[in-house]
Amino acid sequence: MIKIEGLCVDFPNFCLKDINLSINRGDFFVLLGPTGSGKTLLLEAIAGLVPVKRGKIYINGIDVTNLPPENRGVSIVYQDLALFPHLTVLENIKYGLHFHKIDKVKAEKRLNWLLDQLKLRPLIGRFPVNLSGGEMQRVALARALMINPSVLLLDEPLSSLDPIFKEEIRGQLKKLHQETGSTFLMVTHDFTDVLFIASRVAVINEGKIEQVGDVEEIFQRPRSRFVANFVEARNILCGYLTGSNNHRYIDTGKIKVEFAENTTENEKKVYFVIRPEDIIVSKIPLQSSARNCYLGRVTEITNRGAIIYLKVDVGNELTAMVTKASFEQMNIREGDSVYLTFKASAVHLF
Amino acid sequence: MRRKKDVFLVVTVICGLLVIGFILLPLLKMFTSPSWENLKAAIQDKKVVKSIWLSIYTAGLAAIISFVVGTPFAYFLARREFFGRKVIESIIDLPMVIPHPVVGIAILSVVGRNYWFGQILSKIGIRVMGSVLGIVTVLTFVGIPFYINTAKDGFESISPRLENVSRSLGASMFSTFLRITFPLAWRSMLVGIVMCSARAISEFGAVVVIAYHPMTAPVMIYERFEAYGLAYSQPVAVLLTLVCLILFLFLRVLSLKHQEGKLIK
Repeated sequence: MIKIEGLCVDFPNFCLKDINLSINRGDFFVLLGPTGSGKTLLLEAIAGLVPVKRGKIYINGIDVTNLPPENRGVSIVYQDLALFPHLTVLENIKYGLHFHKIDKVKAEKRLNWLLDQLKLRPLIGRFPVNLSGGEMQRVALARALMINPSVLLLDEPLSSLDPIFKEEIRGQLKKLHQETGSTFLMVTHDFTDVLFIASRVAVINEGKIEQVGDVEEIFQRPRSRFVANFVEARNILCGYLTGSNNHRYIDTGKIKVEFAENTTENEKKVYFVIRPEDIIVSKIPLQSSARNCYLGRVTEITNRGAIIYLKVDVGNELTAMVTKASFEQMNIREGDSVYLTFKASAVHLF
Repeated sequence: MRRKKDVFLVVTVICGLLVIGFILLPLLKMFTSPSWENLKAAIQDKKVVKSIWLSIYTAGLAAIISFVVGTPFAYFLARREFFGRKVIESIIDLPMVIPHPVVGIAILSVVGRNYWFGQILSKIGIRVMGSVLGIVTVLTFVGIPFYINTAKDGFESISPRLENVSRSLGASMFSTFLRITFPLAWRSMLVGIVMCSARAISEFGAVVVIAYHPMTAPVMIYERFEAYGLAYSQPVAVLLTLVCLILFLFLRVLSLKHQEGKLIK
């Protein structure tokens, strides 16, 4: 679908070096990397918006390296969204139709579908200046998808959003990807995005691809220290789905972890993640609705200023996060016994 | 401390009043000096009307030429980083810093009969010296930096990402310019046109070297002052100033809206 061979892009203070990448049709591919790693530049190179020094880019088997952006069938959604400020929401969404021969009835159908999917109908007469961050994000998505692109490039679409909008847009992206069948290529520096929506991942650093693989592979078998550090491989565990309908859990071999996600499969090997901030640390067992509570020994304390990471051996090693105030109040030392408690809904399968 | 602050405030206000007085006093005096009869006579004087009209339309032509040639160049400068860009920008600014009669002499040395270019023009029957063409050439020379700089600022204020998105949605470079860049930058371009024509309409030093005749309004004011004195030149000066003021007001209104537009973006 997208094939990149030996791509080099030279900029005065930065360059992409020998990028080789293959993205399958219909993938939700995530390019993960820190700020300044060249993610956006790579997207722009695929979209034909920056000159390529060496290498080839193929989309659907066609060499597009020297094609202008308008002939590539690629839409881009920037981090700052780049909505046209002088056009209304509806005009923004329909902008691409001026340049594509799409049957009127089909275009109208698609427009209605996007307006409904992204809940944009009440906003169509507004100008971008009168929209919230989440609304602008949805308009930018609708505008990009309106022309039914074979590839949708997303440049950190979630980074500037409030946590509530983030969850919402993330869900919408996943749904749109499933329903449009287009190939999505998203860049992000947030590994949580990867966990939730990516089918495959490439980690990029200083203009070079460090590792490509599926999500499990990147998290479980990072091939470099950079990748391991970057994906913050904390509390990523592996186990087998088991239990009955009302009592589902994952057996890691050492602990049993209850989860809330809907799956009927049994005996299937799964990877799951519990975010350190979702784990409550206490010196006595908590009487709460949380379904998972384990006693363990503190093996390592990492002070990060306002927050402290505790590594606790509960059979498997789990990392929990506490604030400095809580840490001091509980007077936790290495070797102490503590209880780790988390909700079944804090367990994310991937 | 408080006293020092008060003294500073008083000094700033006094300086402000001095500047305002310095600008307004001569203008007010000039406006109030000619009698109504003299002004009426000036308006009815065909030569005066002709010279003012000549000033307006040559300045307008200079602005149109600046718009046509300057727009693509301003866009290029706003969007491309290249070696020597600063030098190019300095060259564009040159007409603003060169003394005006020198501009006239410089143009004359190219279009005059002693230079090959002037000889070619002469052979094909194009007269620059003492012609409307000469006036327009000089006015374009002095006015075009104002247009290019203002239009460039306007283009620079538009995120290139808007254009990138437009291209990725299927628009060609030209369509993108027409549908995205132009609607967002037109106000800057219009301000540039007004600034260019305001600058051109007031040009005297360079015009007088190239074309004493046909007579533009500034040249006529000078001629009447030299030949008949202050009182005779004042009515023409008042009329020309009124034209310039209308242009200036138009510019202010536009630039205010321009700033509002920038805030919205």
